Amino acid sequence: MIYFDRVSKKYGSDSTVLENISLTINQGELVSIVGHSGAGKTTLVKLLLAEEFPTDGTVSFHSDDISKLKEREKTNYRRKVGVVFQDFRLLPNKTAYENIAFAMEAAGKHDDEIREDVPHVLELVDLKDKHGHFPHQLSGGEQQRVAIARAIVNRPEVIIADEPTGNLDPLNTYDIVQILKKINDLGTTVILTTHNKGVVDSLGRRVVTMENGKIIRDQKNGKFSM
Amino acid sequence: MKSSLPKRIFQAGLLGFYRNRTVSLSSVMILTITLFILTAFYFFRAIFDYTLVEIRDKVDVRIYFTGDATEDQMNDVKAKLLGLPEVKSVVFTSRNQAYADFKDRHANDQLTLQALDELGDNPFGASLAVQAKDTSQYERIAESLSTNSSLLGSSQSAIDKINYFQLKDSIDKLNSIIGWVNTVGFWISMIFIAMSCMIVYNTIRLAIFVYRDEISIMKLVGASNWFIRGPFIIESMLYGITATVLTLIISYPITMWISKKTVFFFEGMNLHSYYLQHFFSLAGLLLLSSIVLSGVSAFFAVRKYLKV
Repeated sequence: MIYFDRVSKKYGSDSTVLENISLTINQGELVSIVGHSGAGKTTLVKLLLAEEFPTDGTVSFHSDDISKLKEREKTNYRRKVGVVFQDFRLLPNKTAYENIAFAMEAAGKHDDEIREDVPHVLELVDLKDKHGHFPHQLSGGEQQRVAIARAIVNRPEVIIADEPTGNLDPLNTYDIVQILKKINDLGTTVILTTHNKGVVDSLGRRVVTMENGKIIRDQKNGKFSM
Repeated sequence: MKSSLPKRIFQAGLLGFYRNRTVSLSSVMILTITLFILTAFYFFRAIFDYTLVEIRDKVDVRIYFTGDATEDQMNDVKAKLLGLPEVKSVVFTSRNQAYADFKDRHANDQLTLQALDELGDNPFGASLAVQAKDTSQYERIAESLSTNSSLLGSSQSAIDKINYFQLKDSIDKLNSIIGWVNTVGFWISMIFIAMSCMIVYNTIRLAIFVYRDEISIMKLVGASNWFIRGPFIIESMLYGITATVLTLIISYPITMWISKKTVFFFEGMNLHSYYLQHFFSLAGLLLLSSIVLSGVSAFFAVRKYLKV
Protein backbone atom coordinates (compact mmCIF):
# COMPACT_ATOMS: atom_id res chain seq x y z
CA MET A 1 0.00 0.00 0.00
CA ILE A 2 2.79 2.42 0.99
CA TYR A 3 6.21 1.95 -0.53
CA PHE A 4 9.45 3.73 0.27
CA ASP A 5 11.86 2.78 -2.47
CA ARG A 6 15.50 3.68 -1.73
CA VAL A 7 14.46 7.04 -0.34
CA SER A 8 17.05 9.61 0.73
CA LYS A 9 16.43 13.10 2.00
CA LYS A 10 19.18 15.69 2.25
CA TYR A 11 19.03 19.31 3.36
CA GLY A 12 21.88 21.08 1.65
CA SER A 13 24.93 19.08 0.67
CA ASP A 14 26.09 17.88 4.09
CA SER A 15 22.90 17.16 6.06
CA THR A 16 21.46 13.72 5.29
CA VAL A 17 18.27 13.09 7.25
CA LEU A 18 17.17 9.86 5.54
CA GLU A 19 19.50 7.48 3.74
CA ASN A 20 18.42 4.77 1.33
CA ILE A 21 15.18 3.85 3.11
CA SER A 22 13.18 0.98 1.65
CA LEU A 23 10.00 0.10 3.47
CA THR A 24 6.66 -1.43 2.57
CA ILE A 25 3.55 -0.96 4.68
CA ASN A 26 0.63 -3.22 3.87
CA GLN A 27 -3.06 -2.51 4.12
CA GLY A 28 -4.47 -3.04 7.62
CA GLU A 29 -1.11 -3.00 9.38
CA LEU A 30 -0.31 -1.11 12.57
CA VAL A 31 3.33 -0.09 12.32
CA SER A 32 5.28 1.68 15.04
CA ILE A 33 8.28 3.65 13.83
CA VAL A 34 10.61 4.22 16.75
CA GLY A 35 13.91 5.97 17.22
CA HIS A 36 15.67 8.75 19.08
CA SER A 37 15.04 12.41 18.27
CA GLY A 38 16.74 13.18 14.98
CA ALA A 39 16.51 9.57 13.77
CA GLY A 40 14.35 10.70 10.81
CA LYS A 41 10.86 9.62 11.96
CA THR A 42 9.22 13.01 11.43
CA THR A 43 10.89 13.45 8.02
CA LEU A 44 9.45 10.08 7.04
CA VAL A 45 6.00 11.31 8.06
CA LYS A 46 6.49 14.58 6.14
CA LEU A 47 7.35 12.62 3.01
CA LEU A 48 4.20 10.56 3.48
CA LEU A 49 2.09 13.71 3.85
CA ALA A 50 3.71 15.28 0.77
CA GLU A 51 4.96 18.13 2.93
CA GLU A 52 8.50 17.32 1.81
CA PHE A 53 9.85 15.47 -1.19
CA PRO A 54 12.66 12.93 -1.33
CA THR A 55 16.03 13.93 -2.72
CA ASP A 56 16.40 10.40 -4.15
CA GLY A 57 14.04 7.45 -4.50
CA THR A 58 10.24 7.38 -4.52
CA VAL A 59 7.44 7.29 -1.98
CA SER A 60 4.32 5.66 -3.42
CA PHE A 61 0.76 5.30 -2.21
CA HIS A 62 -0.69 2.32 -4.06
CA SER A 63 0.80 2.99 -7.50
CA ASP A 64 1.02 6.81 -7.24
CA ASP A 65 4.36 8.52 -6.73
CA ILE A 66 3.49 11.05 -4.00
CA SER A 67 6.16 13.54 -5.03
CA LYS A 68 4.69 13.76 -8.55
CA LEU A 69 1.13 14.56 -7.48
CA LYS A 70 -0.32 17.78 -8.85
CA GLU A 71 -1.96 20.26 -6.43
CA ARG A 72 -5.48 18.85 -6.87
CA GLU A 73 -4.24 15.25 -6.68
CA LYS A 74 -2.27 16.08 -3.54
CA THR A 75 -5.44 17.49 -1.92
CA ASN A 76 -7.38 14.34 -2.86
CA TYR A 77 -4.55 12.14 -1.58
CA ARG A 78 -4.52 13.93 1.78
CA ARG A 79 -8.24 13.19 2.16
CA LYS A 80 -7.33 9.50 2.10
CA VAL A 81 -4.72 9.98 4.82
CA GLY A 82 -5.75 11.03 8.33
CA VAL A 83 -3.10 12.73 10.37
CA VAL A 84 -2.60 13.20 14.13
CA PHE A 85 0.18 15.39 15.51
CA GLN A 86 1.96 15.54 18.85
CA ASP A 87 0.80 19.16 19.35
CA PHE A 88 -2.79 18.31 18.25
CA ARG A 89 -2.92 21.16 15.69
CA LEU A 90 -6.60 21.89 16.05
CA LEU A 91 -8.06 25.07 14.58
CA PRO A 92 -8.23 27.29 17.70
CA ASN A 93 -11.25 29.35 16.64
CA LYS A 94 -13.42 26.35 15.87
CA THR A 95 -15.24 24.16 18.36
CA ALA A 96 -14.55 20.43 18.66
CA TYR A 97 -17.55 19.76 16.41
CA GLU A 98 -16.44 22.36 13.85
CA ASN A 99 -12.86 21.06 13.79
CA ILE A 100 -14.13 17.63 12.82
CA ALA A 101 -16.77 19.00 10.45
CA PHE A 102 -14.07 21.09 8.75
CA ALA A 103 -12.33 17.97 7.42
CA MET A 104 -15.66 16.77 6.00
CA GLU A 105 -16.54 20.16 4.53
CA ALA A 106 -13.08 20.35 2.95
CA ALA A 107 -13.75 16.97 1.35
CA GLY A 108 -17.03 18.32 -0.05
CA LYS A 109 -19.31 16.12 2.05
CA HIS A 110 -23.04 16.85 2.27
CA ASP A 111 -24.45 18.70 5.28
CA ASP A 112 -26.66 15.72 6.14
CA GLU A 113 -23.64 13.43 6.17
CA ILE A 114 -21.73 15.89 8.38
CA ARG A 115 -24.65 16.14 10.83
CA GLU A 116 -24.77 12.36 11.01
CA ASP A 117 -21.07 11.46 11.13
CA VAL A 118 -19.57 14.11 13.40
CA PRO A 119 -21.65 13.19 16.50
CA HIS A 120 -20.84 9.57 15.77
CA VAL A 121 -17.05 10.05 15.82
CA LEU A 122 -17.36 12.36 18.84
CA GLU A 123 -19.08 9.49 20.60
CA LEU A 124 -16.36 7.11 19.44
CA VAL A 125 -13.68 9.25 21.11
CA ASP A 126 -15.96 9.82 24.12
CA LEU A 127 -16.36 13.58 23.64
CA LYS A 128 -20.04 13.86 22.81
CA ASP A 129 -20.67 16.22 25.71
CA LYS A 130 -17.85 18.55 24.70
CA HIS A 131 -18.76 19.13 21.06
CA GLY A 132 -19.21 22.87 21.63
CA HIS A 133 -15.92 23.39 23.44
CA PHE A 134 -13.07 25.31 21.84
CA PRO A 135 -9.61 23.66 21.94
CA HIS A 136 -8.43 25.94 24.76
CA GLN A 137 -11.35 24.68 26.85
CA LEU A 138 -10.23 21.05 26.48
CA SER A 139 -7.43 19.11 28.19
CA GLY A 140 -4.47 17.75 26.20
CA GLY A 141 -5.98 14.28 26.06
CA GLU A 142 -9.33 15.63 24.92
CA GLN A 143 -7.70 17.76 22.24
CA GLN A 144 -5.83 14.73 20.95
CA ARG A 145 -9.07 12.77 20.84
CA VAL A 146 -10.66 15.56 18.77
CA ALA A 147 -7.62 15.41 16.46
CA ILE A 148 -8.11 11.64 16.08
CA ALA A 149 -11.81 12.14 15.43
CA ARG A 150 -10.94 14.68 12.72
CA ALA A 151 -8.43 12.25 11.23
CA ILE A 152 -10.88 9.35 10.99
CA VAL A 153 -14.11 11.13 10.09
CA ASN A 154 -13.52 10.87 6.33
CA ARG A 155 -12.79 7.14 6.73
CA PRO A 156 -9.22 7.37 5.42
CA GLU A 157 -7.21 4.39 4.27
CA VAL A 158 -4.29 5.33 6.52
CA ILE A 159 -3.89 7.14 9.82
CA ILE A 160 -0.50 8.69 10.44
CA ALA A 161 0.06 9.54 14.09
CA ASP A 162 3.25 11.50 14.67
CA GLU A 163 4.17 11.20 18.40
CA PRO A 164 0.48 11.38 19.37
CA THR A 165 1.15 10.70 23.04
CA GLY A 166 4.22 12.94 23.36
CA ASN A 167 2.35 15.65 25.29
CA LEU A 168 0.05 13.38 27.31
CA ASP A 169 0.06 11.82 30.78
CA PRO A 170 0.05 7.98 31.09
CA LEU A 171 -3.72 7.71 31.47
CA ASN A 172 -4.45 9.76 28.37
CA THR A 173 -1.63 7.95 26.55
CA TYR A 174 -3.37 4.65 27.28
CA ASP A 175 -6.70 6.03 25.99
CA ILE A 176 -5.16 7.29 22.75
CA VAL A 177 -3.36 4.00 22.11
CA GLN A 178 -6.59 2.08 22.68
CA ILE A 179 -8.42 4.32 20.20
CA LEU A 180 -5.68 3.85 17.57
CA LYS A 181 -5.80 0.11 18.15
CA LYS A 182 -9.57 0.14 17.71
CA ILE A 183 -9.26 2.09 14.48
CA ASN A 184 -6.75 -0.46 13.21
CA ASP A 185 -9.00 -3.34 14.25
CA LEU A 186 -11.69 -1.80 12.05
CA GLY A 187 -9.36 -2.17 9.06
CA THR A 188 -7.56 1.16 8.80
CA THR A 189 -3.79 1.13 8.37
CA VAL A 190 -2.09 2.99 11.25
CA ILE A 191 1.45 4.36 11.17
CA LEU A 192 2.60 5.50 14.57
CA THR A 193 5.86 7.28 15.31
CA THR A 194 6.88 7.33 18.95
CA HIS A 195 9.71 6.96 21.41
CA ASN A 196 7.43 5.75 24.17
CA LYS A 197 8.57 2.26 25.09
CA GLY A 198 5.38 1.46 27.00
CA VAL A 199 3.18 2.28 24.02
CA VAL A 200 5.18 0.17 21.56
CA ASP A 201 5.46 -2.80 23.90
CA SER A 202 1.77 -2.74 24.78
CA LEU A 203 0.80 -2.89 21.10
CA GLY A 204 2.91 -5.92 20.27
CA ARG A 205 2.73 -5.19 16.54
CA ARG A 206 5.30 -4.46 13.81
CA VAL A 207 8.12 -2.16 14.93
CA VAL A 208 10.49 -0.35 12.59
CA THR A 209 13.51 1.08 14.39
CA MET A 210 15.41 4.02 12.92
CA GLU A 211 18.78 5.47 13.73
CA ASN A 212 20.66 8.29 12.00
CA GLY A 213 18.30 8.28 9.04
CA LYS A 214 18.49 4.53 8.42
CA ILE A 215 16.25 1.59 9.26
CA ILE A 216 18.26 -0.62 11.57
CA ARG A 217 15.54 -3.11 12.52
CA ASP A 218 12.13 -4.20 11.22
CA GLN A 219 10.35 -6.76 13.46
CA LYS A 220 6.93 -8.24 12.91
CA ASN A 221 5.90 -8.51 16.56
CA GLY A 222 8.56 -6.27 17.93
CA LYS A 223 9.42 -4.58 21.17
CA PHE A 224 11.02 -1.23 21.77
CA SER A 225 14.78 -1.68 21.90
CA MET A 226 17.42 0.95 21.15
CA MET B 1 -29.03 18.73 1.53
CA LYS B 2 -25.66 19.69 0.10
CA SER B 3 -24.21 23.00 1.24
CA SER B 4 -22.60 24.85 -1.65
CA LEU B 5 -18.92 25.78 -1.52
CA PRO B 6 -19.58 29.57 -1.79
CA LYS B 7 -22.06 29.35 1.10
CA ARG B 8 -19.57 27.46 3.29
CA ILE B 9 -16.81 29.91 2.39
CA PHE B 10 -19.04 32.91 3.16
CA GLN B 11 -20.19 31.43 6.49
CA ALA B 12 -16.61 30.59 7.49
CA GLY B 13 -15.47 34.14 6.61
CA LEU B 14 -18.29 35.68 8.63
CA LEU B 15 -17.59 33.41 11.60
CA GLY B 16 -13.86 34.12 11.39
CA PHE B 17 -14.52 37.87 11.39
CA TYR B 18 -16.63 37.53 14.52
CA ARG B 19 -14.51 34.99 16.40
CA ASN B 20 -11.11 36.54 15.69
CA ARG B 21 -12.27 39.80 17.19
CA THR B 22 -8.85 41.09 18.28
CA VAL B 23 -7.34 40.69 14.82
CA SER B 24 -10.53 41.99 13.17
CA LEU B 25 -10.66 45.05 15.41
CA SER B 26 -7.03 46.03 14.90
CA SER B 27 -7.26 45.48 11.14
CA VAL B 28 -10.48 47.51 10.91
CA MET B 29 -8.85 50.32 12.92
CA ILE B 30 -5.85 50.57 10.62
CA LEU B 31 -8.05 50.40 7.51
CA THR B 32 -10.37 53.07 8.94
CA ILE B 33 -7.44 55.43 9.50
CA THR B 34 -6.21 54.78 5.95
CA LEU B 35 -9.65 55.32 4.43
CA PHE B 36 -10.13 58.44 6.52
CA ILE B 37 -6.88 59.90 5.19
CA LEU B 38 -8.09 59.12 1.65
CA THR B 39 -11.43 60.77 2.43
CA ALA B 40 -9.66 63.85 3.80
CA PHE B 41 -7.67 63.99 0.58
CA TYR B 42 -10.93 63.66 -1.41
CA PHE B 43 -12.33 66.67 0.47
CA PHE B 44 -9.11 68.59 0.07
CA ARG B 45 -9.25 68.10 -3.70
CA ALA B 46 -12.89 69.23 -3.71
CA ILE B 47 -12.02 72.44 -1.81
CA PHE B 48 -9.03 73.01 -4.03
CA ASP B 49 -10.99 72.47 -7.27
CA TYR B 50 -13.72 74.76 -6.01
CA THR B 51 -11.19 77.49 -5.17
CA LEU B 52 -9.57 77.10 -8.57
CA VAL B 53 -12.92 77.44 -10.35
CA GLU B 54 -13.66 80.52 -8.26
CA ILE B 55 -10.38 82.13 -9.25
CA ARG B 56 -10.84 81.19 -12.90
CA ASP B 57 -14.34 82.64 -12.92
CA LYS B 58 -13.01 85.94 -11.62
CA VAL B 59 -10.65 86.27 -14.56
CA ASP B 60 -12.05 87.81 -17.74
CA VAL B 61 -10.90 89.90 -20.63
CA ARG B 62 -12.77 93.15 -21.00
CA ILE B 63 -13.32 94.90 -24.31
CA TYR B 64 -14.09 98.61 -23.98
CA PHE B 65 -15.99 100.37 -26.73
CA THR B 66 -15.44 103.92 -27.90
CA GLY B 67 -18.03 106.51 -26.92
CA ASP B 68 -19.47 106.64 -30.43
CA ALA B 69 -19.75 102.84 -30.93
CA THR B 70 -23.19 101.97 -32.26
CA GLU B 71 -25.42 99.31 -30.80
CA ASP B 72 -25.15 97.32 -34.03
CA GLN B 73 -21.37 97.34 -33.84
CA MET B 74 -21.40 96.23 -30.22
CA ASN B 75 -23.89 93.43 -30.98
CA ASP B 76 -21.78 92.41 -33.95
CA VAL B 77 -18.64 92.14 -31.79
CA LYS B 78 -20.54 90.15 -29.15
CA ALA B 79 -21.98 87.76 -31.74
CA LYS B 80 -18.59 87.20 -33.34
CA LEU B 81 -16.98 86.55 -29.97
CA LEU B 82 -19.66 84.02 -29.08
CA GLY B 83 -18.83 82.28 -32.34
CA LEU B 84 -15.25 81.64 -31.18
CA PRO B 85 -14.79 78.08 -29.84
CA GLU B 86 -12.58 79.28 -26.96
CA VAL B 87 -15.25 81.63 -25.56
CA LYS B 88 -17.40 80.46 -22.66
CA SER B 89 -19.49 83.59 -22.12
CA VAL B 90 -19.76 87.22 -23.14
CA VAL B 91 -21.51 89.66 -20.82
CA PHE B 92 -22.43 93.11 -22.06
CA THR B 93 -22.28 96.10 -19.68
CA SER B 94 -23.83 99.31 -20.93
CA ARG B 95 -22.43 102.78 -20.15
CA ASN B 96 -25.20 103.43 -17.65
CA GLN B 97 -24.72 100.04 -16.00
CA ALA B 98 -20.96 100.67 -15.70
CA TYR B 99 -21.70 104.06 -14.13
CA ALA B 100 -24.17 102.50 -11.63
CA ASP B 101 -21.79 99.63 -10.83
CA PHE B 102 -18.98 102.10 -10.13
CA LYS B 103 -21.19 104.10 -7.78
CA ASP B 104 -22.24 100.92 -5.96
CA ARG B 105 -18.67 99.80 -5.53
CA HIS B 106 -17.67 103.17 -4.08
CA ALA B 107 -20.78 103.80 -2.05
CA ASN B 108 -18.65 104.34 1.06
CA ASP B 109 -16.05 106.46 -0.69
CA GLN B 110 -17.52 109.97 -0.74
CA LEU B 111 -14.42 111.58 -2.22
CA THR B 112 -14.50 109.38 -5.32
CA LEU B 113 -18.24 109.88 -5.74
CA GLN B 114 -17.76 113.67 -5.51
CA ALA B 115 -15.05 113.53 -8.17
CA LEU B 116 -17.40 111.54 -10.41
CA ASP B 117 -20.17 114.08 -9.92
CA GLU B 118 -17.83 116.92 -10.82
CA LEU B 119 -17.13 115.31 -14.17
CA GLY B 120 -20.77 115.91 -15.02
CA ASP B 121 -20.89 113.44 -17.89
CA ASN B 122 -20.73 109.59 -17.68
CA PRO B 123 -17.03 108.88 -18.30
CA PHE B 124 -17.52 105.10 -18.73
CA GLY B 125 -17.80 103.31 -21.99
CA ALA B 126 -19.81 100.19 -22.71
CA SER B 127 -17.84 96.97 -22.40
CA LEU B 128 -17.93 93.25 -23.00
CA ALA B 129 -16.61 90.85 -20.35
CA VAL B 130 -15.30 87.78 -22.15
CA GLN B 131 -14.71 84.55 -20.30
CA ALA B 132 -12.69 81.80 -21.92
CA LYS B 133 -13.36 78.12 -21.41
CA ASP B 134 -9.80 77.86 -20.14
CA THR B 135 -7.46 80.55 -18.86
CA SER B 136 -4.81 79.50 -21.38
CA GLN B 137 -7.15 80.54 -24.23
CA TYR B 138 -7.27 84.28 -23.43
CA GLU B 139 -4.27 85.00 -25.60
CA ARG B 140 -5.90 83.44 -28.64
CA ILE B 141 -9.11 85.39 -28.00
CA ALA B 142 -7.12 88.63 -27.66
CA GLU B 143 -5.28 87.90 -30.91
CA SER B 144 -8.58 87.36 -32.70
CA LEU B 145 -9.65 90.82 -31.61
CA SER B 146 -6.42 92.60 -32.59
CA THR B 147 -6.26 94.96 -35.53
CA ASN B 148 -4.32 92.37 -37.56
CA SER B 149 -7.26 90.01 -37.45
CA SER B 150 -10.07 90.12 -39.99
CA LEU B 151 -12.59 88.70 -37.52
CA LEU B 152 -14.35 91.92 -36.59
CA GLY B 153 -14.15 93.70 -39.95
CA SER B 154 -15.80 97.14 -39.83
CA SER B 155 -16.77 96.72 -36.16
CA GLN B 156 -13.07 96.87 -35.25
CA SER B 157 -13.20 100.67 -35.16
CA ALA B 158 -15.76 100.53 -32.29
CA ILE B 159 -13.20 99.00 -29.93
CA ASP B 160 -11.37 101.43 -27.74
CA LYS B 161 -9.09 99.00 -25.85
CA ILE B 162 -8.73 95.42 -24.64
CA ASN B 163 -7.39 94.95 -21.13
CA TYR B 164 -5.85 91.53 -21.84
CA PHE B 165 -2.44 93.05 -22.44
CA GLN B 166 -2.48 94.67 -18.98
CA LEU B 167 -3.59 91.36 -17.43
CA LYS B 168 -1.29 89.20 -19.55
CA ASP B 169 1.37 88.72 -16.86
CA SER B 170 -1.17 87.83 -14.16
CA ILE B 171 -3.01 85.40 -16.46
CA ASP B 172 0.25 83.75 -17.51
CA LYS B 173 1.25 83.41 -13.86
CA LEU B 174 -2.16 81.94 -12.97
CA ASN B 175 -1.85 79.50 -15.87
CA SER B 176 1.54 78.30 -14.74
CA ILE B 177 0.29 77.98 -11.11
CA ILE B 178 -2.74 75.97 -12.24
CA GLY B 179 -0.54 73.71 -14.37
CA TRP B 180 1.95 73.23 -11.53
CA VAL B 181 -0.76 72.54 -8.95
CA ASN B 182 -2.47 70.02 -11.23
CA THR B 183 0.78 68.16 -11.79
CA VAL B 184 1.67 68.18 -8.09
CA GLY B 185 -1.92 67.23 -7.20
CA PHE B 186 -1.76 64.28 -9.58
CA TRP B 187 1.47 62.97 -8.09
CA ILE B 188 0.28 63.52 -4.52
CA SER B 189 -2.87 61.53 -5.41
CA MET B 190 -0.71 58.76 -6.82
CA ILE B 191 1.49 58.73 -3.70
CA PHE B 192 -1.59 58.64 -1.44
CA ILE B 193 -3.13 55.78 -3.43
CA ALA B 194 0.15 53.83 -3.45
CA MET B 195 0.59 54.38 0.30
CA SER B 196 -2.98 53.28 0.98
CA CYS B 197 -2.48 50.14 -1.10
CA MET B 198 0.68 49.33 0.84
CA ILE B 199 -0.96 49.95 4.22
CA VAL B 200 -3.99 47.82 3.34
CA TYR B 201 -1.83 45.01 1.94
CA ASN B 202 0.46 44.98 4.96
CA THR B 203 -2.47 45.10 7.40
CA ILE B 204 -4.10 42.10 5.73
CA ARG B 205 -0.74 40.35 5.46
CA LEU B 206 -0.17 40.76 9.20
CA ALA B 207 -3.70 39.56 9.98
CA ILE B 208 -3.16 36.45 7.83
CA PHE B 209 0.35 35.89 9.19
CA VAL B 210 -1.36 35.11 12.52
CA TYR B 211 -3.15 32.21 10.81
CA ARG B 212 -0.19 30.73 8.92
CA ASP B 213 -0.15 27.60 11.12
CA GLU B 214 -3.88 27.13 10.73
CA ILE B 215 -3.52 27.38 6.96
CA SER B 216 -0.94 24.56 6.95
CA ILE B 217 -3.23 22.43 9.16
CA MET B 218 -6.11 23.02 6.74
CA LYS B 219 -3.87 21.94 3.86
CA LEU B 220 -2.82 18.76 5.68
CA VAL B 221 -6.40 17.73 6.42
CA GLY B 222 -7.16 17.91 2.71
CA ALA B 223 -8.68 21.35 2.17
CA SER B 224 -8.33 22.78 -1.33
CA ASN B 225 -6.61 26.13 -1.86
CA TRP B 226 -9.90 27.91 -2.57
CA PHE B 227 -11.60 26.38 0.45
CA ILE B 228 -8.82 27.85 2.61
CA ARG B 229 -8.36 31.11 0.78
CA GLY B 230 -12.05 31.97 0.37
CA PRO B 231 -12.94 32.65 4.03
CA PHE B 232 -9.82 34.83 4.46
CA ILE B 233 -10.83 36.89 1.42
CA ILE B 234 -14.37 37.26 2.80
CA GLU B 235 -13.00 38.16 6.24
CA SER B 236 -10.67 40.78 4.75
CA MET B 237 -13.50 42.23 2.65
CA LEU B 238 -15.53 42.53 5.84
CA TYR B 239 -12.64 44.53 7.36
CA GLY B 240 -12.90 46.85 4.35
CA ILE B 241 -16.70 47.18 4.55
CA THR B 242 -16.63 47.87 8.30
CA ALA B 243 -13.82 50.39 7.88
CA THR B 244 -15.79 52.15 5.11
CA VAL B 245 -18.90 52.40 7.29
CA LEU B 246 -16.83 53.74 10.20
CA THR B 247 -15.08 56.29 7.95
CA LEU B 248 -18.42 57.56 6.62
CA ILE B 249 -19.84 57.83 10.15
CA ILE B 250 -16.76 59.67 11.46
CA SER B 251 -16.78 62.02 8.46
CA TYR B 252 -20.29 63.27 9.29
CA PRO B 253 -19.51 65.22 12.50
CA ILE B 254 -16.02 66.16 11.31
CA THR B 255 -17.22 67.79 8.08
CA MET B 256 -19.96 69.52 10.08
CA TRP B 257 -17.39 70.93 12.50
CA ILE B 258 -15.00 71.99 9.71
CA SER B 259 -17.86 73.68 7.81
CA LYS B 260 -18.74 75.75 10.86
CA LYS B 261 -15.13 76.78 11.36
CA THR B 262 -14.44 77.63 7.70
CA VAL B 263 -17.73 79.19 6.65
CA PHE B 264 -16.01 82.56 6.08
CA PHE B 265 -12.83 81.13 4.72
CA PHE B 266 -14.30 79.08 1.86
CA GLU B 267 -16.98 81.48 0.80
CA GLY B 268 -19.75 79.55 -0.93
CA MET B 269 -18.21 76.14 -0.18
CA ASN B 270 -19.81 74.14 2.63
CA LEU B 271 -17.85 70.96 3.24
CA HIS B 272 -20.68 69.26 5.11
CA SER B 273 -23.16 69.96 2.31
CA TYR B 274 -20.57 68.72 -0.15
CA TYR B 275 -20.24 65.51 1.94
CA LEU B 276 -24.01 64.99 1.97
CA GLN B 277 -24.37 65.76 -1.74
CA HIS B 278 -21.55 63.40 -2.69
CA PHE B 279 -22.32 60.78 -0.01
CA PHE B 280 -23.18 57.96 -2.40
CA SER B 281 -20.28 58.57 -4.77
CA LEU B 282 -17.87 58.81 -1.82
CA ALA B 283 -19.37 55.71 -0.15
CA GLY B 284 -19.21 53.81 -3.45
CA LEU B 285 -15.62 54.85 -4.05
CA LEU B 286 -14.51 53.89 -0.53
CA LEU B 287 -16.46 50.64 -0.54
CA LEU B 288 -15.23 49.55 -3.93
CA SER B 289 -11.60 50.42 -3.26
CA SER B 290 -11.55 48.89 0.23
CA ILE B 291 -13.27 45.67 -0.88
CA VAL B 292 -11.08 45.23 -3.94
CA LEU B 293 -7.87 46.18 -2.11
CA SER B 294 -8.47 43.98 0.93
CA GLY B 295 -9.74 41.07 -1.17
CA VAL B 296 -6.76 41.16 -3.53
CA SER B 297 -4.39 41.61 -0.56
CA ALA B 298 -5.86 38.54 1.16
CA PHE B 299 -5.55 36.52 -2.04
CA PHE B 300 -1.82 37.21 -2.27
CA ALA B 301 -1.15 37.10 1.48
CA VAL B 302 -2.68 33.60 1.82
CA ARG B 303 -0.96 32.28 -1.29
CA LYS B 304 2.39 32.35 0.45
CA TYR B 305 1.22 29.91 3.15
CA LEU B 306 -0.59 27.55 0.79
CA LYS B 307 2.65 26.02 -0.39
CA VAL B 308 2.39 23.06 1.98
